[in-house]
Amino acid sequence: MTEQVLQPVAEVRPKTQFRIAELYRKSQGLLLNLLALFLGLGFWTLVTRAGVVGLPGPVGVAERFVELASSGQLFVDIGSSLSRVLTGFLLGVSVAVPIGFLMGWYKTARSLIEPYVQFFRMVPPLAVIPLAIVTMGIDETPKIFVIFLAAFLSSVVATYQGVISVDKTLVSAARVLGAGDARIFLSVIVPASVPFILVGFRIGLGASWATVVAAELIAAQSGLGFRMQQAQLYYELDTIFVSLITIGFLGLVMDRLVQAAEQRLTTWQERV
Amino acid sequence: MSTKIQFKNVSRHFGEGADRFVALQNLDLDIEDGEFVTVVGPSGCGKSTAMNIAAGLLDTSSGEALVDGEEVNGPGPERGMIFQQYALFPWLSVRKNVEFGLKIQGLPKEERKKISDRYLELVGLTDFADALPKTLSGGMKQRCAIARAYAVNPKILLMDEPFGALDALTRVNMQDQLLDTWSRERRTIMFITHDVDEAVYMANRVIVMASRPGRLKEIIPVNLPYPRTEDIRLSPEFAEIRNRVWHAVYHQ
Ligand SMILES: Nc1ncnc2c1ncn2[C@@H]1O[C@H](COP(=O)(O)OP(=O)(O)OP(=O)(O)O)[C@@H](O)[C@H]1O
Ligand SMILES: [Mg+2]
Repeated sequence: MTEQVLQPVAEVRPKTQFRIAELYRKSQGLLLNLLALFLGLGFWTLVTRAGVVGLPGPVGVAERFVELASSGQLFVDIGSSLSRVLTGFLLGVSVAVPIGFLMGWYKTARSLIEPYVQFFRMVPPLAVIPLAIVTMGIDETPKIFVIFLAAFLSSVVATYQGVISVDKTLVSAARVLGAGDARIFLSVIVPASVPFILVGFRIGLGASWATVVAAELIAAQSGLGFRMQQAQLYYELDTIFVSLITIGFLGLVMDRLVQAAEQRLTTWQERV
Repeated sequence: MSTKIQFKNVSRHFGEGADRFVALQNLDLDIEDGEFVTVVGPSGCGKSTAMNIAAGLLDTSSGEALVDGEEVNGPGPERGMIFQQYALFPWLSVRKNVEFGLKIQGLPKEERKKISDRYLELVGLTDFADALPKTLSGGMKQRCAIARAYAVNPKILLMDEPFGALDALTRVNMQDQLLDTWSRERRTIMFITHDVDEAVYMANRVIVMASRPGRLKEIIPVNLPYPRTEDIRLSPEFAEIRNRVWHAVYHQ
């Protein structure tokens, strides 16, 4: 009992020292990041001021950003793009994970499904848009369908890879301890493939985001892609810039969220 | 004494055609109930293959393996195994690893904790109960795997170089503890090692195998009394048996 009370006290010193050193390293990295950002903005200003290219400068874009944000337009666009991505992505992964497990677990299922997955992986989801519009109409369905496809294809392969790369000795160890097939699946196969699945989610979300924007460029009445397409018609370069920056920023945020989830869920992994 | 594990003319090969490789050829071996046999032999002579067959993790190509007179058909809870590569579940804490088999048996939480406490104590991992395997040293991983196998209390223990990654002192401790529990509870133990000293120190009989193809070379009985002590380890009788085993292994 006393030992347990004493232990944390003994650990305090090295831990705080470590924290400070880490904080220093992190803040140094952050400072450099900020520096890079300012240098980039400076460069952008210089190039546009000098009139080298006919692009809007950071100030003009910032003004346009405030305009679009205060009119609420920007948030409506973000809202419709995001809701498409999330709907398509969630549908995609919720079909992909069970099918990936099925493919990894049953050889028959693998042989039946794999040719299709491998084939469709080679077709960019966007290439399906014309077909989707013709067969599904011009409302939300074709857009959500192509995002579904993008998310599904990357996650199904990742899940299936995860299942087949589970260490066989872990399965043996579980069987020797009395585990049946169901238990092995739930207590060994599923946790062991989580890292793979999350990598698939990350790639899938990136692909979905890329796909939604492109799909909106082609066929939509709202969304960030649609806004850019409209701006292109009226030569509103600053609106295009605002949309581009928003797209990049939101993509980054989503990627970081999945990455954070990945880190939390796979702390048990040995990292090199 | 009745026969607990029986290999009846067991052969096992891997691959076909030009890749065909005979890992184990015509193994005939009876292991008696309550016996402690150790298996030694050069790397690749089929020791793990034979043990996996007894565990029910590997099929025979011909011949049959029997446990309690019945043909082995998959693993069973009466046969515990410690793997050469630890095989800990990396996403489970040390304690949860030890409790894995108990959970499958449906034991309630308090009871599982009581048992895992006991075996964690035995292998000296009490302070690491909540640690993840990746934070353990090789020897600690191995001790965790030992605790996990002991916890389900199997009648037969199949141990594939269980003490291979331990330092000399821990190793001697674990040997004595294993012999101690074995002499009290009389499980049947098949124990693979590459350490001739360890093989002689632990065993009723030492099984010496030869490679290419993997086969039984010689069975050397160890007629030394239990409990085995430091004195026995240093006795001329021990030295003589060890020489015999050494000779059988290294002058093939
Ligand atoms: N799944 C497998 N596929 C192909 N060959 C295998 C397989 N398992 C084992 N072998 C081969 O069978 C032979 C015997 O292997 P085994 O693991 O039984 O050796 P071992 O005596 O345990 O060796 P070590 O002391 O190195 O652990 C080896 O040559 C190995 O390459
Ligand atoms: Mg081996």
